[in-house]
Amino acid sequence: MNTLLIIASKEVRDGLRNRWVVATTLLMAALALTLSFLGAAPTGSVGVGPVEITIVSLSSLTIFLLPLIALLLSFDAVVGEIDRGTMTLLLSYPVARWQVLLGKFLGHAAIIAFATVLGYGAAGVALSMGDAEIGAESWKAFAAMIGSSVLLGAAFTALGYLASTIVRDRGTAAGIAVAVWLAFVLLYDMGLLGLLVADGGKNVNADVVNWLLLANPADTYRLFNLTGFKNVSLFAGTAGLAAQAQFSAPVLLGVLAAWVVAPLALAAALFSRKQI
Amino acid sequence: MSEPTIQVSAVTKRYGEQVAVRDVDLDLAPGECVAMVGHNGAGKSSLIKLMLGLTTPSEGTVRLLGGDPASAAASHIRRQVGFLPENVAFHPNMTGRETLDFYARLKGVATRGNDALFERVGLEPAAIKRRVGTYSKGMRQRLALAQALLGGPKVLFLDEPTTGLDPALRQSFYEIIGNLRDAGTTVLLCSHALTELEGQADRVVVMNRGRKVAEGTLATLRSLAQLPTRIRLTLPAGDIDELARRVGEGAALTRLAGGVVELACANDDKVGLVRRVACALDMKQDLPVTDIEIVQPSLDEMYAHFLRREAAE
Repeated sequence: MNTLLIIASKEVRDGLRNRWVVATTLLMAALALTLSFLGAAPTGSVGVGPVEITIVSLSSLTIFLLPLIALLLSFDAVVGEIDRGTMTLLLSYPVARWQVLLGKFLGHAAIIAFATVLGYGAAGVALSMGDAEIGAESWKAFAAMIGSSVLLGAAFTALGYLASTIVRDRGTAAGIAVAVWLAFVLLYDMGLLGLLVADGGKNVNADVVNWLLLANPADTYRLFNLTGFKNVSLFAGTAGLAAQAQFSAPVLLGVLAAWVVAPLALAAALFSRKQI
Repeated sequence: MSEPTIQVSAVTKRYGEQVAVRDVDLDLAPGECVAMVGHNGAGKSSLIKLMLGLTTPSEGTVRLLGGDPASAAASHIRRQVGFLPENVAFHPNMTGRETLDFYARLKGVATRGNDALFERVGLEPAAIKRRVGTYSKGMRQRLALAQALLGGPKVLFLDEPTTGLDPALRQSFYEIIGNLRDAGTTVLLCSHALTELEGQADRVVVMNRGRKVAEGTLATLRSLAQLPTRIRLTLPAGDIDELARRVGEGAALTRLAGGVVELACANDDKVGLVRRVACALDMKQDLPVTDIEIVQPSLDEMYAHFLRREAAE
């Protein structure tokens, strides 16, 4: 346990030193603040609070941005250290390979969590200082959005680690990371839409679509945030979908957590067999 | 004879088609300093990685301090092992102190002793506070040695440890290694700077293309190689033909620059040759020899010899 903390804290310090933490936090905060100010403008007549608007816009943005940041942070984690030669030395120390992998992951996940909580938290503070009355339910939805964003970031960090462990070359790892981002964030939904149109509702019913959405961490995140809370789904125009959704919030969170654990476990298994 | 700290038996390591190590046997005892010499790609680093458990042998077994270094339970073994990798790399954003503290914590060693370690390897207090990214090659190498010495290892692997070190530092480096060896540490040194290994290594292992070509003390290797010993005489104005006639057969004679004559003979014959030269000088006083020097075949030459022999086979 101690070894994990030593490696994780080294990774966090590295992140602080090379400005990853600062850059990511500032980026998240800037975007979140912009969206919350924009979101505060059209309230009142629609009957939705500014928090709900912010959640919808912010979570949509998160789906694009956070996986990208997570993959950029993680694709180099294993293959880069092997390439630079620091891994050889590290593994000659009394550490197990899974400890190296998990320790580094915890460090990177902590960086993502820190940037997300602080960046989006700033937007929360800005919203609370506005004139509009904000109910407890809205704050709950906002907190859930931040928490699930951290999980989404962790899931893509884990995918980045898997990419970094599989290959022997940094360039290839970077390529895989970009491909993972494109596939899960952009192409998957297009493919799904295409499938629905082509099928015309004959074979692919709502059940199948629901399961297909779980097979993508980004969609799982979207389902959780846009259908999990009534006010949010009303505004997002996903109320209809919410009625169809058969998964409860804990199930969706569980699926996201599985998207963290499964790639990481696979990466650890591959890494322990890797000849350095 | 005490229990060997490292036992390599019939080990072969293949990377796909390529064979990095072929059927190598090697035993190292406590308090022994063994030098492993060979070209780049001779299998030295591959062998060290096998001994460290970073890779697993395709055939054969490796035992390090009585256990399998690649097993999951090897943590307590690695606590007693120091390693200085070839082309050592550190995280450039960490300072020297942070780096050593990090490795000390991983090894479960108190960071209190780090100042003494820095002093021992000659890293200045001002340098310790700087980021490793700004270090020169020599400073990085000192930091690398410091981390290898953490926790007083029982086995020390040093892969090309003196590249980039200036001569003064090299000397203090070998001093540190000598002290450790005397304290009972097994030291395995890899190098291609062969000349500096003379007088440092108890035993030399010559590697070529993954095979162990020769092994033994420097004296053993010398007699195995049967390379000629050379005697150099400085004769500013002498009659060299006269000398050649008197010294007789069994010695090849070459003229070198500056009035130096080199006589090459078999190692066993060198005492006889010196005697004959002395006799020649006694009998004929007009052979003005101003200097005499006996040149033993260097490790470099022996190494080249073993490689030639290997290639011829």
